[in-house]
Amino acid sequence: MLLQQLVNGLTLGAVYTLIALSFSLVMGILSILNLAIGELFMLGAYLGFTVIASALPLPLALVAGMAGSALMSTVIEKVAYEPLRDAPLITPMLSTLGFSIILQNVVTNVWGSDPVQLPTTLFDRRVPLGSVTIGVVQIIVIGAAVVLVAAVAVLVQKTPAGRALRAVAENREVARLLGVSIQRMTLFAFALSGALAGAAGVLISLHYAAITPYIGVDTGLKAIAVMVIGGVTEIWGALLAGPLIGIAEVLTVAYGGSQARDLIVYGLMILVLLLRPQGLLGRRGDIGQRV
Amino acid sequence: MISMYQAGLLADVGILLLGALSFYVILATGQLSFGNAGFMAIGAYVASYLTVALHWPLSAGLIVGAVAAAIVGVIVGFPALRLKGIYLAMATLGFGEMVRSFFLVFAPMGGSGGYRGMPHVSLGYIWIWAGGILLVVLILERSRLWLEMRAVHDDETAAGLIGLDTTLTKVGAFGFGAAIAAIGGALFAHHYVYIEPGNFGFDRSIDFVLAVILGGSTVGAGSLVGAALLVLLPEWLRFLVDWRLAAFGALLILMLLTRRQGILDRPLLAKLTPRWSAA
Repeated sequence: MLLQQLVNGLTLGAVYTLIALSFSLVMGILSILNLAIGELFMLGAYLGFTVIASALPLPLALVAGMAGSALMSTVIEKVAYEPLRDAPLITPMLSTLGFSIILQNVVTNVWGSDPVQLPTTLFDRRVPLGSVTIGVVQIIVIGAAVVLVAAVAVLVQKTPAGRALRAVAENREVARLLGVSIQRMTLFAFALSGALAGAAGVLISLHYAAITPYIGVDTGLKAIAVMVIGGVTEIWGALLAGPLIGIAEVLTVAYGGSQARDLIVYGLMILVLLLRPQGLLGRRGDIGQRV
Repeated sequence: MISMYQAGLLADVGILLLGALSFYVILATGQLSFGNAGFMAIGAYVASYLTVALHWPLSAGLIVGAVAAAIVGVIVGFPALRLKGIYLAMATLGFGEMVRSFFLVFAPMGGSGGYRGMPHVSLGYIWIWAGGILLVVLILERSRLWLEMRAVHDDETAAGLIGLDTTLTKVGAFGFGAAIAAIGGALFAHHYVYIEPGNFGFDRSIDFVLAVILGGSTVGAGSLVGAALLVLLPEWLRFLVDWRLAAFGALLILMLLTRRQGILDRPLLAKLTPRWSAA
């Protein structure tokens, strides 16, 4: 029973990890929260659902969800962030909030506000593993999340584009003087961030029985907590904090009362912000000048 | 005579005005609070308990609720000193969500089922408080204390160097803001005569922020303009039926893009009030 819960928590945590990374890509270089990320995640879930429901293969669903949300994210950057880049940080955050209102409304009108459900026969095979069984879906969700996090890590740490991104995050002015296009890197960060949120959405549409246009709100807020706990600038931090929160949440639901879980998640986030603002895995001094 | 419908909208404006002012006074010291719905919840629940379970008069319950929230606000204000900008915003967001989750598990007051039985409050009573607090903030804006708050906002180090007590200013702003939000919460509870934790989530906190930023974040009267706009705009868009919210979101973005300082700023305010300033 306990092991089974751990597996469920890991699956949920994998999804949190991806959304937390989505937040931290934008946060890392701009110090703003893109408040539409919860809705980009929800959009990805519906795109993935549509592809799978039309009997197309799963990888195609993942690609569709990632591409759709990435595209939407670049639109958000162009319309809601770029013209406001020199405004106080609260202003672009509210314009991304405007987009989240639009996205939720559009998805409600297109797909309806009732929960939509994938045919359950599609992925209900389970694999025994010692005393627990793991659903094929859970393996897919966890596997895809790990691959995506690794891909982002390689992209950010080993490629020229990633180096430029880190340079902008470290020091905008110096990066600009060295010939890095801040505008292009910001657009790139939004696109990558959108793709991750979209991927998380596709995975949640597999994992949960049903999705609604409102799944982005709570999950998005919780992903902010995951990002903070893991460390805003640490890619691997999210990979630790996501499963940690996912497991904590599943266990409080199983043994406590489902309502108490948010107290633990947000309490942990506040503790981390106060005692270790760089996050569990962050190095001291990483964000010293920004906190 | 105004209709029930108009009275309902006016009540919403008054309550949102208090929420907006609660964000505004904290922002005046340079602190971003994304969790003021949490203070609102404390005011709503404390006042409701006193009027329903102990049969207190509303005014007494409201004041005790405001004092309770102010104490919590001061307690939040001290650790908040360690954080700045977006990190403070995230921490206060977490605080707001914690208060909401607390009332979800707090069975004596209904938990997720909500709490009811409050006496209904009149529109006039709501506006006595909303108008009164607005007046207090407008008077505060002309005081020396406000200059000190703005000094802390503009350059905290310099403000400290010239001998201002920046800790007292920032923590005090949190306490005062929390009390204002709690008054709004107590009025909300006795206007709708039913409350549940979902009333006080992140979307409520962000409504306060929106009202201040849209209305004008450099003048107290901006909160009034923003609160009225946020309540009335969705009503004016009713003819769009299913696409009402999308249009609202688009207009919101448009307003931020074309007038980022908010509708009301100092030059506009000066233009609108020549008679008083000339006297």
